[in-house]
Amino acid sequence: MSKILIRGAKVLGGEPQDVLIDGDTIAEVGTGLSAEGAEVVDAAGKVLLPGLVDLHTHLREPGREDSETVLTGTRAAASGGYTAVFAMANTFPVADTAGVVEQVYRLGQEHGYCDVQPIGAVTVGLEGKKLAELGAMHESAAGVTVFSDDGKCVDDAVIMRRALEYVKAFGGVVAQHAQEPRLTEGAQMNEGVVSAELGLGGWPAVAEESIIARDVLLAEHVGSRVHICHLSTAGSVEIVRWAKSRGIDVTAEVTPHHLLLTDELVRSYNPVYKVNPPLRTERDVMALREALADGTIDIVATDHAPHPHEDKDCEWAAAAMGMVGLETALSVVQQTMVETGLLDWAGVADRMSVKPARIGRATGHGRPVSAGEPANLTLVDTAYRGAVDPAGFASRSRNTPYEGRELPGRVTHTWLRGKATLVDGKLA
Amino acid sequence: MQRHLISAADLTRDDAVHLLDTAEEMARVADRPIKKLPTLRGRTVVNLFFEDSTRTRISFEAAEKRLSADVINFTAKGSSVSKGESLKDTAQTLEAMGVDAVVIRHGASGAPYRLATSGWIDAVVINAGDGTHQHPTQALLDAFTMRRRLVGRDAGLGRDLAGKRITLVGDILHSRVARSNVDLLHTLGAEVTLVAPPTLLPVGIESWPCEVAYDLDSTLPKSDAVMMLRVQRERMNAAFFPTEREYSRRYGLNGDRMAKMPEHAIVMHPGPMVRGMEITAEVADSDRCTAIEQVTNGVSIRMAVLYLLLGGNEPAVSHTRIEEK
Repeated sequence: MSKILIRGAKVLGGEPQDVLIDGDTIAEVGTGLSAEGAEVVDAAGKVLLPGLVDLHTHLREPGREDSETVLTGTRAAASGGYTAVFAMANTFPVADTAGVVEQVYRLGQEHGYCDVQPIGAVTVGLEGKKLAELGAMHESAAGVTVFSDDGKCVDDAVIMRRALEYVKAFGGVVAQHAQEPRLTEGAQMNEGVVSAELGLGGWPAVAEESIIARDVLLAEHVGSRVHICHLSTAGSVEIVRWAKSRGIDVTAEVTPHHLLLTDELVRSYNPVYKVNPPLRTERDVMALREALADGTIDIVATDHAPHPHEDKDCEWAAAAMGMVGLETALSVVQQTMVETGLLDWAGVADRMSVKPARIGRATGHGRPVSAGEPANLTLVDTAYRGAVDPAGFASRSRNTPYEGRELPGRVTHTWLRGKATLVDGKLA
Repeated sequence: MQRHLISAADLTRDDAVHLLDTAEEMARVADRPIKKLPTLRGRTVVNLFFEDSTRTRISFEAAEKRLSADVINFTAKGSSVSKGESLKDTAQTLEAMGVDAVVIRHGASGAPYRLATSGWIDAVVINAGDGTHQHPTQALLDAFTMRRRLVGRDAGLGRDLAGKRITLVGDILHSRVARSNVDLLHTLGAEVTLVAPPTLLPVGIESWPCEVAYDLDSTLPKSDAVMMLRVQRERMNAAFFPTEREYSRRYGLNGDRMAKMPEHAIVMHPGPMVRGMEITAEVADSDRCTAIEQVTNGVSIRMAVLYLLLGGNEPAVSHTRIEEK
């Protein structure tokens, strides 16, 4: 059994400690631990976190292997400090059967960079008409617990109600892409001052908020668990806050880009900023940060959405929506939440590992950094400063909005059940 | 002046006045027996039209030919944004053929901006209308028409539109003409009022440098120029307003309404006019309506734009030559 001694790491940002990994498990946490028989990693000054968990990743395989594959996507995940990702169902074919989810799950296990937990589609073909075989996907080897038509909204209230009710039988959760379709026909960017000026079709905040309001009420009515994907507006925050205060079982996620970027960037007409939901205003960004800090928003999820160059190197209206995010998420959270004093590193561990694992029922992840726990760990050099260079990404796609932007922090090591997937910033 | 003409908002007051003055010089060429200048001889200009627009294309083509440029017309009918590669690939093909300027009309807002800033090509880019964003030469020809009518053809030289009250009526939401005009008219010192049903005004309009009103009748007596915008009939089906008749009753310009305007005030329309809905035949055919003049002026303005962007530092038409004539 291989032993690794992580020496002098600030565990969850606290006082320096040694962490001894033995095999796939954390054997001991303390000070002055013996390095005998162990490979030593000098972690002085660095922060040790439980391996990050992303509840919202697009791996594109099967179907769009030119954008990303399970292998390239999980390598990107390991580079970003993730040990588990939930893969969205909008692939070709759609992950709406046990066969497809098992394939994705097995590819993740075979490659070994990161656990891949497939998300199952709520409806057949993401068409919003007929429930997919949710139970079969849950019972498959993939053990699906999260269901989402992400990319599309489950906009039929009856289908949404039935899905919420149905997954109760096996503790599942429906993750909603909240987008009222009629209100967002032809939508290209956030509806407001900038869209008025640029003449781009508006995606109004109310199109998100009205669906969230409906869904929390449905969840309350049928006593189910609902999760809101990539919440993006100040108004959505208010609705989720109200729902939680009422005892409704709702959780919500925010993406790193919605914590940092605003629709002012669209003035460049550079489709690298085209994303769904769209970049909102400064006021929304501030509300989202605050909500993540106070727990109204439970987690950060990347919505990592790789696209090949040609799908972005064109005019705005023709471009695909989405941004890659796995490799920059932690840096953006450090800048927007830690360095602003809104969240400490224990808070980051909670929002990026503990809670996403809990929402997705990924029982081996998001565990405390203590003896006897699975050795899923991430080591971060928080003092690092550097400009983002997409050329170094492990992801097959380069559609990052941060190219050339200086962001703090860098993941140097990632361990998946004791096996290093990232060493000194290089993939193992 | 900037290297490209993408948005009316990019023009300073002095740029805009310089353009209008240059267009006056160009207009004189139209009065000559041979309506042609050698200015752009040996230069190649391509009219890259991804969206149908016979009027604008012909206007640019006439302007290019009067300046002796070599003209290539490229019409990608209907394909507009069906495939993103088309714009980049097409542009690069034209670049490879040594094109000096690209006049682009595109259904997607921002396409000319992308063309000018993404490093795909080196040519000068002139926006001939993009989506619901901008149509700067239309705004310039409108301003030119207003200056001629409201200030005077010769008296206007060197002057802007300070203090003139301009009203734009109709589908502001989908109108690149409205956006361009608000920007340019504001730069030129005019006071702009937009009048439309609230459904046809964009959310976020409060940041625009203009007034907004829902009632046409109270605005007319305070207007030096009233510009009617085309309302597409299909908007009715998308519930922007209940019926064509109701729109016409509330926002259409008829003889009675025109009578409420000050005597000197003009009626403008970017064309094509849909008579009966936004404007009655009586108004369209009156001598207060400048729609036809606007078309004529469009050629002069486009000549001025091409001339100045393609390197004209000297006056376009030397005074000696004008006197010779």
